[in-house]
Amino acid sequence: MAMPHLSARLDTKGSPYLYVLPFFLLFGAFGLFPLVYTGYVSFNDWNLLDAGEHQWVGLANYSELFHDSYFWNALGNTLSIWVLSTVPQLLAALWIAHLLNHRLRARTGLRMGVLLPNITSIVAVTIVFTQMFGRDFGMINWLLGLTGIGPVDWQASTWSSHLAISTIVMWRWTGYNALIYLASMQAIPHDLYEAAELDGASSFQQFRRITVPMLRPTIIFTTVISTIGGLQIMAEPLLFAGTSTPTGGSDRQFQTIALFMYEQGFREFRFGYASAIAWTLCLIIAVFAIVNFLLTRRIASDEK
Amino acid sequence: MTILATPPTAPTETEQPRPARRRTFGYPRKASIWTYAALLAIVAGSVFPLYWSFVVSSQTSEAVAQVPPVLIPGGHLFDNIARVFDTTDFGRALLNSFLVSGSITISVVFFSTLAGFAFAKLRFRGRKILLVLAIATSMVPQQLGIIPLYLLMAKIGWTDHLAAVIVPGLVTAFGVFFMTQFLGRAVPDELLEAGRIDGCTTFGLYWHVVLPIARPAAAVLALFTFMQAWNDFFWPLVVLQNNATVQVALSSLASGYTTDYTLTLTGTLLSTLPILVIFIVLGRQIVGGIMQGAIKG
Repeated sequence: MAMPHLSARLDTKGSPYLYVLPFFLLFGAFGLFPLVYTGYVSFNDWNLLDAGEHQWVGLANYSELFHDSYFWNALGNTLSIWVLSTVPQLLAALWIAHLLNHRLRARTGLRMGVLLPNITSIVAVTIVFTQMFGRDFGMINWLLGLTGIGPVDWQASTWSSHLAISTIVMWRWTGYNALIYLASMQAIPHDLYEAAELDGASSFQQFRRITVPMLRPTIIFTTVISTIGGLQIMAEPLLFAGTSTPTGGSDRQFQTIALFMYEQGFREFRFGYASAIAWTLCLIIAVFAIVNFLLTRRIASDEK
Repeated sequence: MTILATPPTAPTETEQPRPARRRTFGYPRKASIWTYAALLAIVAGSVFPLYWSFVVSSQTSEAVAQVPPVLIPGGHLFDNIARVFDTTDFGRALLNSFLVSGSITISVVFFSTLAGFAFAKLRFRGRKILLVLAIATSMVPQQLGIIPLYLLMAKIGWTDHLAAVIVPGLVTAFGVFFMTQFLGRAVPDELLEAGRIDGCTTFGLYWHVVLPIARPAAAVLALFTFMQAWNDFFWPLVVLQNNATVQVALSSLASGYTTDYTLTLTGTLLSTLPILVIFIVLGRQIVGGIMQGAIKG
């Protein structure tokens, strides 16, 4: 079949753009544009649903935010929960990956078992754990009781609620990260280990001197991704409270920034203020992601 | 969350089948009994919360308040399921979730394969830049654009309509990246050239050559997309107040004034069941997909 010359040229030169266009159009309209427009909304006093009723206030929302003790409280909670969940999570993932990186029977079954928490929804996971962390009839307090530690009212204090929420986050994400590490571990050439073995390096030394440095790109990647995800945590503290009040506990002891944004936006309907929170969080995430990128790059290369 | 992304750079090597020759010494090492013990303990920890929700949802409310806790399933599962459907419109929520996740999955697979084909196999000006841009978008915290998105949906009258959740989910950066990676390896250039010589248009190549080859990767992408859409919570919570998806219905079940745990954990079980079935049947592919994605970066 012969095609007219011009339309054939148009087809080969032009059609590729047509194929990538839907992605960029849809992402632009529903992913990027709202994020950018959040910036505009944040410079307004924008309290009602009616798009007509907003007023330019410049930086007023940001200066209010800067003096809002609820914001600083939420920032502290977010960072605390993020550190408590991310650091042990990635270390545990590294260890689990190391365990999985053996010749194993039921290999796929074990990998699936490790991944299972990740496929369950945040809502489901949080509800189950909230029940297990229950003050009076929760399984965790019962277990603690057996060891002689008194029942803990997990929601009541800052540290206990942060610990509980971090456990939920950790439970859901450790196995996923372990599989990512495992994939990279399997790509490490075996002769590196054989040479180290001949030089008399212990198993732990091999892990430290070969495995960890070789996993560097992956460790950097998981750290950055966990930072971006971990700083946006919202559903866990919302549902852990057991009520529909998005304050993160009676004293806001576990309200995160994303939850604070939700409260201001969709309970108080202060869209301008909530947008200022969103943009500030976006900035914080960018800063932390970059700092973590540089930090892990440095730490991982020191291992060499 | 956009966690299902892949590392930008990682060594490349697929997981290889174990060498046929038996080695008593070699790598990876043979697992010791302690390795098995540790792994089994970890898997038990992974499974327990789900098992526990099954135990609770098969008990009466009184049984759940016992100390020490009952660890064996009881016989009240179907009573509790009936109670869930009586308390909230859970059937509607399940249907909504199926509609949302199904539409998103079909669309993501279609557009990702199309864009992945272009990025992996077609030569055009700006290809590299556009690909980097597409991948970079997976890092964008989209959740933070939720307020203008809500204002937009309110303006066009889509609040409480499933379209408000479906349309923003029609494409994902992860999907484009995933298919680009796969098609780059899986589709031989000679085949495309042969197709061109036979007079195929570019779309003809996509339809007759690329799509059949893309099938296995498309299936994995479909699984990921469906699970992610099914589990999505924040945006549906905001925009589907009166037309809940499963996750939203579940969250309102859990945040009543008196929390009835047999009820909420039965709901949890019901909402997890479809995903669990997919995982049990196709878990091997899901595990493979995550590890492939991780390694192919």
